[in-house]
Amino acid sequence: MNGLRAWILRLAGLWKGEERDRDVAAELEAHLQLHIDDNLRAGMSAEEARREAILKLGGIEATKQVCRERNGVPVIENLLRDARFAARQLRKNPGFTCTAVLMLALGMCASVAIFAFVDASLIKPLPYRSPARLVAVYESNPMCPECNLSYPDYLDWKKLNTVFRSLEIYGNAGYSVSTPSGLEPTHGTRVSDGFFRTLGVTPVLGRDFYSGEDLKQAQRAVMLSYSAWQKRYGGKPDVLGRTAVLSGDAYIVVGVLPAGFHFAPTEPSEFWTAFHAESECDLRRSCHGIYGVARLKDGVTVGTALADMSGIAKQLEKEYPENKGQGAAVLPLSEVIIGRIRPMLLVLLSGAGLLLLIAGVNIASLLLVRSEGRRREMAVRSALGAGRGRLISQFATEGLILAAVGSVLGLVAAIWTMKLLIHLIAADALARMPYLQGLGLNTHLVAFAGAIALLAALLFAVAPTLHHAAAGTIGGLGEGSRGSSGNTWRRLGSKLVVVELATAVVLLVGAGLLSKSLYLLLQVRNGLQPDHLATLSVALPKARYTKDEQIVAVGRQILTRIANVPGVKSAGISSQLPVTYNGNTDWIRFVGRPFNGEHNEVNERDVSAGYLATLEAKLLRGRYFTDAEDLSKPKVVIVNQALARKYFPGQDPIGKQFGDLALSPKSIKQIVGVVDDIREGSLDAEIWPAVYYPFNQATDYYFQIAVRTSQAELSLIPTLKAIIHEIDPGIVAFAGGSMTEQIRNSQSAYMHRTSAWLVGGFAALALALGVFGLYGVIAYSVSQRTREIGVRMALGAERRSVYELILREAGWLTAAGIAIGLLGSIGAARLMSGLLFGVTSWDVETLGVVAGVLGVSAILASFIPARRAAGVNPVEALRME
Amino acid sequence: MRDKADVWQGTLALMVLKTLETMGPLHGYGIARRIEQTSGNVLSLNYGTLYPALLKLEQEGAIASEWGASENNRKAKFYKLTRAGRKQLAKEAANWEQTTAILARFMESREEPA
Repeated sequence: MNGLRAWILRLAGLWKGEERDRDVAAELEAHLQLHIDDNLRAGMSAEEARREAILKLGGIEATKQVCRERNGVPVIENLLRDARFAARQLRKNPGFTCTAVLMLALGMCASVAIFAFVDASLIKPLPYRSPARLVAVYESNPMCPECNLSYPDYLDWKKLNTVFRSLEIYGNAGYSVSTPSGLEPTHGTRVSDGFFRTLGVTPVLGRDFYSGEDLKQAQRAVMLSYSAWQKRYGGKPDVLGRTAVLSGDAYIVVGVLPAGFHFAPTEPSEFWTAFHAESECDLRRSCHGIYGVARLKDGVTVGTALADMSGIAKQLEKEYPENKGQGAAVLPLSEVIIGRIRPMLLVLLSGAGLLLLIAGVNIASLLLVRSEGRRREMAVRSALGAGRGRLISQFATEGLILAAVGSVLGLVAAIWTMKLLIHLIAADALARMPYLQGLGLNTHLVAFAGAIALLAALLFAVAPTLHHAAAGTIGGLGEGSRGSSGNTWRRLGSKLVVVELATAVVLLVGAGLLSKSLYLLLQVRNGLQPDHLATLSVALPKARYTKDEQIVAVGRQILTRIANVPGVKSAGISSQLPVTYNGNTDWIRFVGRPFNGEHNEVNERDVSAGYLATLEAKLLRGRYFTDAEDLSKPKVVIVNQALARKYFPGQDPIGKQFGDLALSPKSIKQIVGVVDDIREGSLDAEIWPAVYYPFNQATDYYFQIAVRTSQAELSLIPTLKAIIHEIDPGIVAFAGGSMTEQIRNSQSAYMHRTSAWLVGGFAALALALGVFGLYGVIAYSVSQRTREIGVRMALGAERRSVYELILREAGWLTAAGIAIGLLGSIGAARLMSGLLFGVTSWDVETLGVVAGVLGVSAILASFIPARRAAGVNPVEALRME
Repeated sequence: MRDKADVWQGTLALMVLKTLETMGPLHGYGIARRIEQTSGNVLSLNYGTLYPALLKLEQEGAIASEWGASENNRKAKFYKLTRAGRKQLAKEAANWEQTTAILARFMESREEPA
């Protein structure tokens, strides 16, 4: 009890130590006075009286010290004193402090911000029940290894497989919904009845689809995404049982999905409808429009599943001619969702890590130089009685303060950077990466930042301590040892600077290769003139356009009206715009050639007569269509060069004919023209053989308009929409944009640009830090060698040879750094070859430019200290000692 | 070394408490002189060791201190016994008597052959 009271008082004493000290001193002084008074009364002389009193008290300072320790808690007091002292030291040296703190904060910020993205996409599990047991199921053929299924194939796979607990399907769907401001297009997904049960997702409101609700005879049913429920129905629970009209069909709302649910392959999806197979495509075995997702049975691996599915595919191949060449593919679902961005994220994380490494090495060298500069201070303090432990704890405290301040700054900056990066992602790209929503500070992030902070603290605290222990500073006023320990540092510092330079080279080469990839990607031949090309999507209401003639008529009407807009040069219709994706294919069979049932798969685009001219594609042979070539005329087709080269090598394809697999008379078309390859797929994908059918002979409710204009593309969009609404307010016109923008924001360009910019940023910082580190080492070396240089000059060395001396040292370090870095970067580039386009990992041009940039920067950085060295006044340098 | 100091410290604390009980409020120098006098000047006290002991007793709440004026009008810090201090004194005095009694018997029995 009493002991506790005493401890509390002692802890409280920490805060008023000085007051207590004064009190003790006053009391001892009073004691002496009383004693002297007594002694004087006893007849001693004044001097004798004082001397005896002091003697009897027995060491005033020792008594004060014991009282002081009793009054407080020595360990804590020392710590506090160290902290105060360290803070004072750091304040006294703002250049060092700011540099160290900012470097740590920078490294921390970059790596934590990137880690947040890695965590959200690669580490955080998908929001499904045991997501590792979920797989994506595809049909596959040589041209398209992970391709859509057809509904009849799915039914067979579902019935015959023995490896899946359940096999479900989903397909992208676009719906028009009526809103107060008119018809509006929106994204939806058609799913089979057990889709959500397979994922392990239960609705927050209402019910899941019942078994069989996806069949044609069942009433159409829809589940809402949480955001659609909030946005379109005000989040009211009475939405259940209400009717939602999607593209003219009535669906009953049966449930609402949880807020945290997302399914990247079809996001942003608002309406999740039960499949309801009824369209011509749904029922035809050769029409592939859906994807499979399945839950593996316990103990079944992806490999076993694939073997089983391939067996079934073989069986179906025998049974149905249209299945020839159709195999199966099974992949983990996570691979499908995050597989594409994984390499990019890993490259970025490595980049950030390297930057952190450089920052760490730089700080370590700064600390070493600083502790080197404090050798004498240490020696003096140790001579005055500071114990080894006290000196080490002094350094450690300083290191901890630096690490703490830098880490906190870095973490705060990282949170801001994360927000900034999220804002920089285009809205539709972000919608395709729903797992990034809700990115922010979480336990993973704090743990990661904590680990870095701990490492930093360790580095900061231990580096100078080890240095002193090694150099034996603590314990002696070794003036003579100065030169030799200076050398120790120079050797260590040089090694560190080589590491820094090499790391900078790796980052620079990475950034260079990625930038070159991006450049080459954007330079890739598209076969069209992208600028001044406006685009718009159009969806006709099915109920009103039941006949081909009606669609042809409205198409003509739209194009004629648009052509009359001032500034518009020409306009065309296509079933799909270029630089989107390879797909929407047709199988063709050539007339008059042997046929074994093989599938000649080609991109099919249904285009109006003026479309190819509007793109300014190059006609190589033959002619374009005319607008008059509709269903009343013989069928014609234009093919691309890839098709001509593949199927008509060395021949003229004009006049040749092909049709469907059965060569049914209605399907026979004659080739009338060959157009130069237009890039239908993404920038980094191969060019597939393609056929262009006249839109007037192959109509669709849903098509794209491309308009060549002399104005800015985006300013034209409202006019285009207004024209279409004038023709028929029931037509939905949406997603207006420009072709340049579409190419720039296409997924492959987007990924390449993001990684090029971010890695480029890291590399620029790394270059700055690396060169700064080199400057530090050379400058320190010059300061240590001032006397040597003075002697040399006194003995007749010229300025030139002093320059040489210093620049040679810098040159060696730089050369070593560059050489190691180049070797390392070839290895690193191989690891990121998935992100490279058109360049090899040992691209000589990039390597050369990087070596040049770093070499020149390094020489410039070391020129400053070299100049100082050459300016040494020999007389003063020698007098310094 | 440590054990001996502890014993000494404990004994010194007891002596301080007893002195304050007998003499009433007293300053450090006064306590020191009183202890020497009481011991018949046999005990030679190093005055410096007294102050940490006083500090400890004060922290434990056995004594309280206050600045005041000495008999010849010098400024001095006066210590007095608190209620807790009185209780502690009573307890420790009893303990001490018991210990010395046991020790005394021990010493006596040593003379007799067993």
